[in-house]
Amino acid sequence: MPHQHQHTLGGATTLRELRPLLYMLGVVILLLVLTQFFASGYIQRIVVGLGISLILVVSLNLSNGLTGIFSLGHVGFMAIGAYTAAILTLPLSQKQVNLPDLPVWLANTELSFLPATVIGGLLATIIAFLVGLSLMRLSGSYVSVGTMGFLVIVQVVLINWDSLTRGGRTFSGVPPLTNLWWVWGWAFLTIYSVWRIKFSAFGRRMMAIRDNQIAAQSLGISVMRSRLLAYCISAFFTAVAGSLWAHFIMAFSPRSFYFAETFSVITMLVLGGMGSVSGSIVGAVSITFLSEILRNAERGMDFGIMRLPPIYGASQIIMAITFILVIIFYPKGLLGTNEINLNELGAWLQNPRFLGWWNRNKKTTQ
Amino acid sequence: MTQLQFFIQQAINAISIGSLYALMAIGLAMVFGILRLINFAHGDLIMVGSYAALLLLAAGVPFWLAALAGICASMVMGLLMERIAYRPIRGAPDVAMLLTSFAVTILLENAAILIFNPTPRPFPVPEALGTAQRFGSLRIANIDLIAIAVALVLLVALTFFVTRTQIGISMRAASEDLLAARLMGINVNVVISYAFAIGSILAGVVGLLWSMRVGKIDPLMGFYPVLKAFVASVIGGLGSLPGAVLGGYVLGLLEILLQGLLPSALTPYRDAFVFIALIILLLFRPNGILGSVEKEKI
Amino acid sequence: MLSFEDIHVYYGHVHALKGMSFEVMEGELVTMLGANGAGKSTTLLTISGILKPTQGQIIYEGRNLSGFSPYSIVRSGIIHCPEGRHIFGGLTVRENLMMGAVQRRDHSQVKQDFDWVCSLFPILSERIGQNGSTLSGGEQQMLAIGRALMARPRLLLLDEPSLGLAPVVVQIIFDVIQQLRQNGVTILLVEQNARKALQIADRGYLLETGQVVLSGSVQELHANPAIERHYLGG
Repeated sequence: MPHQHQHTLGGATTLRELRPLLYMLGVVILLLVLTQFFASGYIQRIVVGLGISLILVVSLNLSNGLTGIFSLGHVGFMAIGAYTAAILTLPLSQKQVNLPDLPVWLANTELSFLPATVIGGLLATIIAFLVGLSLMRLSGSYVSVGTMGFLVIVQVVLINWDSLTRGGRTFSGVPPLTNLWWVWGWAFLTIYSVWRIKFSAFGRRMMAIRDNQIAAQSLGISVMRSRLLAYCISAFFTAVAGSLWAHFIMAFSPRSFYFAETFSVITMLVLGGMGSVSGSIVGAVSITFLSEILRNAERGMDFGIMRLPPIYGASQIIMAITFILVIIFYPKGLLGTNEINLNELGAWLQNPRFLGWWNRNKKTTQ
Repeated sequence: MTQLQFFIQQAINAISIGSLYALMAIGLAMVFGILRLINFAHGDLIMVGSYAALLLLAAGVPFWLAALAGICASMVMGLLMERIAYRPIRGAPDVAMLLTSFAVTILLENAAILIFNPTPRPFPVPEALGTAQRFGSLRIANIDLIAIAVALVLLVALTFFVTRTQIGISMRAASEDLLAARLMGINVNVVISYAFAIGSILAGVVGLLWSMRVGKIDPLMGFYPVLKAFVASVIGGLGSLPGAVLGGYVLGLLEILLQGLLPSALTPYRDAFVFIALIILLLFRPNGILGSVEKEKI
Repeated sequence: MLSFEDIHVYYGHVHALKGMSFEVMEGELVTMLGANGAGKSTTLLTISGILKPTQGQIIYEGRNLSGFSPYSIVRSGIIHCPEGRHIFGGLTVRENLMMGAVQRRDHSQVKQDFDWVCSLFPILSERIGQNGSTLSGGEQQMLAIGRALMARPRLLLLDEPSLGLAPVVVQIIFDVIQQLRQNGVTILLVEQNARKALQIADRGYLLETGQVVLSGSVQELHANPAIERHYLGG
């Protein structure tokens, strides 16, 4: 593969190199403005959902890329962010009705969106610190079990701590504070942070030794500390996404943050390529559109001569099949470990060709 | 009920549930040992077998035949799973295989929800199996005794299989060192198929026992069992067959102990405590109790 | 018997073998020398079918082997005893040896071969019921070779049998190798211990970065200053 200038967008210093990035940013902002003022409520909801997915996928990318922990339980951090922020923003009157048993200091607190979200994020960060500390010593499949264990623990705590969370019942009445600008503002912040971390010299070194426990151990504690930091930052943004989500759908329960949700984020990650941040963006966009189309198709479609009956639940099945196909035929995802190079993108747009279609990543057998 | 009777009651409970976990965990361990794949869809094999049996029972087929058919259905589904989803990705990193098994789980569960309703259906238990033995105030459910007996028989049979038959020894060899096994000329596809087949049969058996114990089935019934089996396997050491058995019984014991020892305010948190215990165990024995150190390729 | 023609093999992205060509005649003991990373193990892995060449042909007794599965290659009589022994630690010595015969159909002969291997390596008989992991390095190497012999190889590929073993043990093993040779087994021996290898070989090849750079009879190789300096000096 020809050497690509991956640091074109990452460590860019010259204005000339920054220009394509600024153009892109401008285009996105323009699209957002148009959506805000002209698009239907339906489209706006999709764009908000997309933004939240972006934050989730990109933070998961950071965690997987640098920490050596393949976090299957990351949705747990989302839950922590959602519940924390929602409890904090719930109007006092609602609190009395929905959460009569809250401790006094909480029952009298009502915060605005930003502080509540940030606090949610920080709580998740602290918990991530403890979790990461224990999991970091493990390797291979044992880590995945550990992260799943974390998710189960979160779930159990949420369901049983009635006074705080209403247990298994729906947590409703959350003020609809999420809008396009909050979501995409956080999304930009997340993408920027993850990009800076991943493509710093430190980040590159970490990625190189990510799967090599021996190298990591020989490099000592500072590496472990750095990995832990990446894991915590990733948890922070995931929790923020949780808060945004909570104030978007306004009602949820512990079951909203379990393994099924984990899977859709992972599908986006895998589709885009686990090593690529821009890949994660591509993955998130593709899967969001695919799910919307499928969700509409579930209601049945009328082709005139032919009629497709409603098949509820088909979208999940098709997602699962998509995942399996991607893993088999495009194991490295659409972008693999490379980032989108804007010059190449320009050239590709002029001369579209599906790269790698016949050049599959076939590994030599071991 | 005297102390002793209470103790016996709980012991039987623990051994019975431990047996189910052990049988499930063996299936997981067999596949993991050779392929390094944690097959989450293993849980859905329970579901497939149970629904197959239920359909036949509803059609009037005698119980034993329906049960057998259910077990066969599990086996077939397991083999299909291997052929379609896992064979094409052999050699992929462990994580990719784990995620794929998740995808298969979602596929099977949603397909089941579509085909059958998500509402749980009652599972008819034949007279003989549904009653219990009584000794004074001690009540031992027949199904528990059956579970323990079946597990015992299967464990003996399995031990014979992996130590005396060529295929069984090949499976253990492949689990130890796949490269060397290939160099000896084993047919990898055959050995892996056997691993899946046996594991699936065990899952089918567990499915029936579980359904009879609980009395109903639903499309998501496999989720908790496989999670527990997974924990059991990790406790004993992933990939180790004796470890899976040990882990299963340890887990059964742990659950019953926690149920009894935790203050009543904390009993709903039992599963969380199980996982915390697991993580603590892993910190001290990162490869489980009997697990071998996974060789790092330098 | 075996001929490698312009073989190219990739190990991931690394071009491990770059146009390797060599041959082994029936009944010979050919040795392959070279430093670490020269491609010796890669060559053996390619012959046994674990790695597939992207270019070139492997001709064995007139048939083209490239692309065959390891399973079929073992059945045609090519047995690879890999570097680092790779015995099955959790299996007993007996089970290890029986694994060697796993694809054989002639069960009565298997028993004979079992007795023969035990006579070749008496220490294995002593430890027949013990787990492979309890054996010492030398014993494990003997077990690995014994296991390979249980497959009745016509062409035996040995990868660094002397690695990490005490000289006394190495001698025992090399004596057995010579005995095998006299029994008519064709042997391709990869070794870092050039001295010992050249003592028993008929011909040899020197590999460097994936290619054959030198070949010839043992006398020719001995006389070569490059070999003298780099491989026999230690």
